[in-house]
Amino acid sequence: MDETYTAVAAFAQTWGLIYFMILFGIVLAYALWPKNRKTFDDASQIPFRED
Amino acid sequence: MAQTKARFISLEEGFFAAFLVALAFACLIIAGKTYDQVMAFHTGIGALAAAVSVFVIFKSYFDSDGMPIPQEIDGKPNYNMGPVKFGAVAAMFWGIAGFTVGLIIASQLAFPALNFDLPWTNFGRMRPLHTSAVIFAFGGNVLLATSMYVVQRTSRARMPGKVLPWFVIIGYNVFIVIAGTGYLLGVTESKEYAEPEWYADLWLTIVWVAYLFLFLGTIWKRKEPHIYVANWFYLAFIVTIAMLHLVNNATVPVSVFGTKSYIVWSGVQDAMVQWWYGHNAVGFFLTAGFLAIMYYFVPKRADRPVYSYRLSIVHFWALIFIYIWAGPHHLHYTALPQWASTLGATFSIILWMPSWGGMINGLMTLSGAWDKLRTDPVLRMMVVSVAFYGMSTFEGPLMSIRSVNSLSHYTDWTIGHVHSGALGWVGYISFGALYCLIPWLWNKRGLYSLKLVDWHFWLSTIGIVLYICSMWVSGIMQGLMWRAYDQLGFLEYSFIETVEAMHPFYIIRALGGALFVTGALIMAYNLWMTVRHGEAEEAEATAAGSLAAAE
Repeated sequence: MDETYTAVAAFAQTWGLIYFMILFGIVLAYALWPKNRKTFDDASQIPFRED
Repeated sequence: MAQTKARFISLEEGFFAAFLVALAFACLIIAGKTYDQVMAFHTGIGALAAAVSVFVIFKSYFDSDGMPIPQEIDGKPNYNMGPVKFGAVAAMFWGIAGFTVGLIIASQLAFPALNFDLPWTNFGRMRPLHTSAVIFAFGGNVLLATSMYVVQRTSRARMPGKVLPWFVIIGYNVFIVIAGTGYLLGVTESKEYAEPEWYADLWLTIVWVAYLFLFLGTIWKRKEPHIYVANWFYLAFIVTIAMLHLVNNATVPVSVFGTKSYIVWSGVQDAMVQWWYGHNAVGFFLTAGFLAIMYYFVPKRADRPVYSYRLSIVHFWALIFIYIWAGPHHLHYTALPQWASTLGATFSIILWMPSWGGMINGLMTLSGAWDKLRTDPVLRMMVVSVAFYGMSTFEGPLMSIRSVNSLSHYTDWTIGHVHSGALGWVGYISFGALYCLIPWLWNKRGLYSLKLVDWHFWLSTIGIVLYICSMWVSGIMQGLMWRAYDQLGFLEYSFIETVEAMHPFYIIRALGGALFVTGALIMAYNLWMTVRHGEAEEAEATAAGSLAAAE
């Protein structure tokens, strides 16, 4: 039981961390990618161009 | 155009009619065979509601001219605002009911005689009635109404279905009635914020799946290629609440003819599942859902786009990935393994980042328009709400640290913390949204009286300040008294001495609650007068007026 816990904890503490960092990196890249600027500037206007 | 007048009943109407007929009979059978009076009462309500709904479905079919509902009129989307109106009115009703019950139980704590020695009115039964009424009945109806409004407007498409939107909003309110009356009659699963018994849970699951389809269906029909960020938050709220609800309510009923059920989890696993649920109810119901309101209504009211759309994307993904891990901080110093409680505390502290990122995004939306705070009390309410969000999401991680928690846990500090989030953040953003929504829905130029909004704002702000300050003092005092030892190592105070010491703060708290209820009553009067006597929107809005008429 103890060994299982240690193994799972070691996995989570290394690969879990890397997984989260990569995900966060992808989100940052998507949000800050220069090419997306126009899309997002445009999207922020959506509430004002209804009807 | 020679279109045929006669229309067969649609697949949707037929499906709902058949389902509700089956449900009505099932309820009747259970009502007849049950040994449990509450079950008979609740299945009676169920049978009645289902039968009336079937009648309404057929009546509206026979009354209609046989034409399908137009998706667009004059090239503009023919939005379906009926269910939104229902949700907005229901929210105001449940809000006042829930705040009032809160005031009653606050008074009971100060003056126990107010329990009246009756089972139905005692604190233990009234307290879940209060929490469920404010969170799920008031907050839930605000979320349902605003989500239906926002997703239609930002997708520029009508919600799918004729019966489906009504099924969702009325079905949800039937769940509220069954859950609330159940508490008063002593039916409870005893899981905080998940008290409804198995049959109410089952019904909510059906309604919630229908809600998910309704929301996704509207997004599916969208004319706007980009899905606006508010819809992302609403979707996270809907999907996560479904998951939490299913896992935390995995119960086995003793019999289909009885109200009692048992959970499949046991011991510390059950506790962990409960607080994984409980904290994510805070994270995804009371945060993600109301952040969606912030991302739509604050820009709309301030008449300027959100400060940074890019920040809103980072905010969204960071928030949903981190919140889900924070639950174990509710179980410090229990049978829960220490690593799990450390994990919960760590993620709670990491949550500072997305929470404050979101708060900054909401507040900075006003940059260049701060003067509006002076002239527009509705916008002021929403901005103060975001400020309260920042404050309570600062306090929360602090309280999740184990050493702080050892002082704060089980004391009134927790109650004060919850209410700075609930009254300040959730309450004010909801009030702001309703103050915006009601004139829009009823095509009024504006609110009946901004002066009354001012009164509402100041009364309830003083109320909140009284509430949270008294609970801070009372809570920290209580925590310190509990851990005080004398020179011989004995506890310095008996439990009843701590209760006695808290009495004045309980009275201050009830006073704060009374001010908050008064504010809400002023709001209800103001909204009522807006709908009845408000000045109709004209000129460019006549088009919008005809849209409403077409519903």
